[in-house]
Amino acid sequence: MLTFTIRRLVLAVPTLLFISLVIFGLLMLAPGDPMAQVPLTVPPEVKQKMREALGLGDAWYVQYWKWLRQFFWVEPRVLIDAIFGTEFAAGELRALSWQTRSPIMDIVVQRIPQTLWVVGTAYVVAVLIALPIGIYSAYRQYSLFDNVGTFVSMIGFSVPPFFSGVLVIVIFSVQLGWFPSIYDTTHKVTDWDSFMIQLRQMVLPVMVLALQITAQIARFMRASMLDNLNQDYVRTARAKGLGERVVVLSHVLRNSMIPVVTVIALGIPSIFGGAIITEQVFKVNGIGQLLITAIQANDLPMVQTLTFIFAVLIVMFNLIADVLYGILDPRIRYD
Amino acid sequence: MTDPNTPQQIEPGPGEVQAADVMKVQVPNTPPRSQWAEVWSQFRHHKGAMAGGIIFLLIVLVVFAGPLFWPIEATFIDIRARNQGPSLAHPFGTDQLGRDMLARMMAGGQVSLSVGITAMLLALFLGSLVGVMAGYFKWLDNLLMRTTDLFLALPLLPLLLVMVLLFREPLNAAFGPETGIFILIVVAIGVTSWMPTARIVRGDVLALKEREFVLAARSIGTTDSKMILRHILPNVISPIVVSATLGIANAIITESALSFLGLGFPPDFPTWGRLLFDAVDYMQQNPERVILPGVAISLTVLTVNYLGDGLRDALDPRIRGR
Repeated sequence: MLTFTIRRLVLAVPTLLFISLVIFGLLMLAPGDPMAQVPLTVPPEVKQKMREALGLGDAWYVQYWKWLRQFFWVEPRVLIDAIFGTEFAAGELRALSWQTRSPIMDIVVQRIPQTLWVVGTAYVVAVLIALPIGIYSAYRQYSLFDNVGTFVSMIGFSVPPFFSGVLVIVIFSVQLGWFPSIYDTTHKVTDWDSFMIQLRQMVLPVMVLALQITAQIARFMRASMLDNLNQDYVRTARAKGLGERVVVLSHVLRNSMIPVVTVIALGIPSIFGGAIITEQVFKVNGIGQLLITAIQANDLPMVQTLTFIFAVLIVMFNLIADVLYGILDPRIRYD
Repeated sequence: MTDPNTPQQIEPGPGEVQAADVMKVQVPNTPPRSQWAEVWSQFRHHKGAMAGGIIFLLIVLVVFAGPLFWPIEATFIDIRARNQGPSLAHPFGTDQLGRDMLARMMAGGQVSLSVGITAMLLALFLGSLVGVMAGYFKWLDNLLMRTTDLFLALPLLPLLLVMVLLFREPLNAAFGPETGIFILIVVAIGVTSWMPTARIVRGDVLALKEREFVLAARSIGTTDSKMILRHILPNVISPIVVSATLGIANAIITESALSFLGLGFPPDFPTWGRLLFDAVDYMQQNPERVILPGVAISLTVLTVNYLGDGLRDALDPRIRGR
């Protein structure tokens, strides 16, 4: 198992390098010019100097190398400095955003908590709802509950978040006035009342994200339970005289959870992708919204770093899913 | 062979059990049904899939044939009749410039469905090509499957946004604003959604390659290209059909998401996502303008998903009744 994990970790390095190269190559083709906003009275040779100061005069591989060095070598040391108060990264040049002229990672670190709060809560809520629905639907296949549950999860699967988001705003904020339509990220939780305000503003975005995730996981849980319910070992367990509760919840459930756990792990990075839209709808200023504003402002270093962070998340959770599968199901261990 | 309707008389043997009597009764008197008739009869019994298929065909029909019967143009501006609710003259109301929403919905549906179907075809072509190549030629397998894994690890929505940002201007200049963005969005969705198809097709081709009829075909000297076209492709058509339906749903949602984020088609060119995006500002006064395009997108995707579900069940006997 350990060698398998290490081999996968080693394989992740070329994957990430390739992805970073793809992203970098795409952005090298970008038509945008960071000097477009500089007044026309500035002479061209000065503009050229400004471009070179931004590091744009170098050959592409030099720029790529500098970017990799900033991402993998400078930024981790800045992080260590910030935690332990050391001086490792003193005097190093950090990757700057063209929009704000401040280090990209500082902005990202400011934005991540909002995303994690909303997305993380939604994911936990969705998993907690989806698993019982999936288990019960499979156990009572073709019952009324199963038919309704399958239909609702099909709807949750088909309604895109940019519509369900707008729809819940129309219903719950405009018509009923129960919840705010905009997520206020400057709000601080200090006492019970402010905690309730925080809770109320989280309801709508969490609901929209959770609907989508619940649908996917419940479908998967149901299919996986159905695969196992007809197996011979289930008949054996019943023949031994075990109660239905023990048969379903400990024998069948434990075996059906193997693929579901990996699907849950694989879903986490794609939720960050889906959260881009939800964040835009509810005006949550998380990293998804940061990416959209960076794209609109032609802020290439920011776009590059954010896209790469998404890629790192995907590769990381793929790895976690693979390792989890190996731990849960000894039959597929590769060593 | 003799005519199956008039069974041969077989002399009963000396034993007590009259095996020949059994054979006389059991002779089938209907011709064997083809695989597609079998699939169709399975498909008809899937209520959700039938309903989904009929509603999807209706949507396609209304969207493409509707403008022939509806007198108002999608781009006609009647500024006096702006921001109206549903009425007899404008069943879906009008927008902030007084354009008829029914006509705009039909025009938007044409674009959304065309993008969905074209992008699906592109993704299907790429996916089948990669899948068949990887499954059939052993020396290509490792390379192609690692490429597929790499593509699966790419963050797709951010990359789509970046692609639209980068190539919109040059393509607009080359093909005009509408064709340019159409090509861009179709290609962008196509090259980022072929991976699941490739994986499924490769798995099936690997299993097919071990079958006897492939060995037989090879032994009479069938060339690789003939082998793929005549023997392999017809046998992997069912996973391809299923991923086609899922591909349409995926492409329609992605196109609408891009339009919704303001990175899709230009503002005067309606698509369902764009109509939804434009209506968000008027959500309080005219909520139906948000709901109609949203329902259109969701209904199309829902019916296509049900269609895919039914097709998968009908084409794969092992998972029937799930």
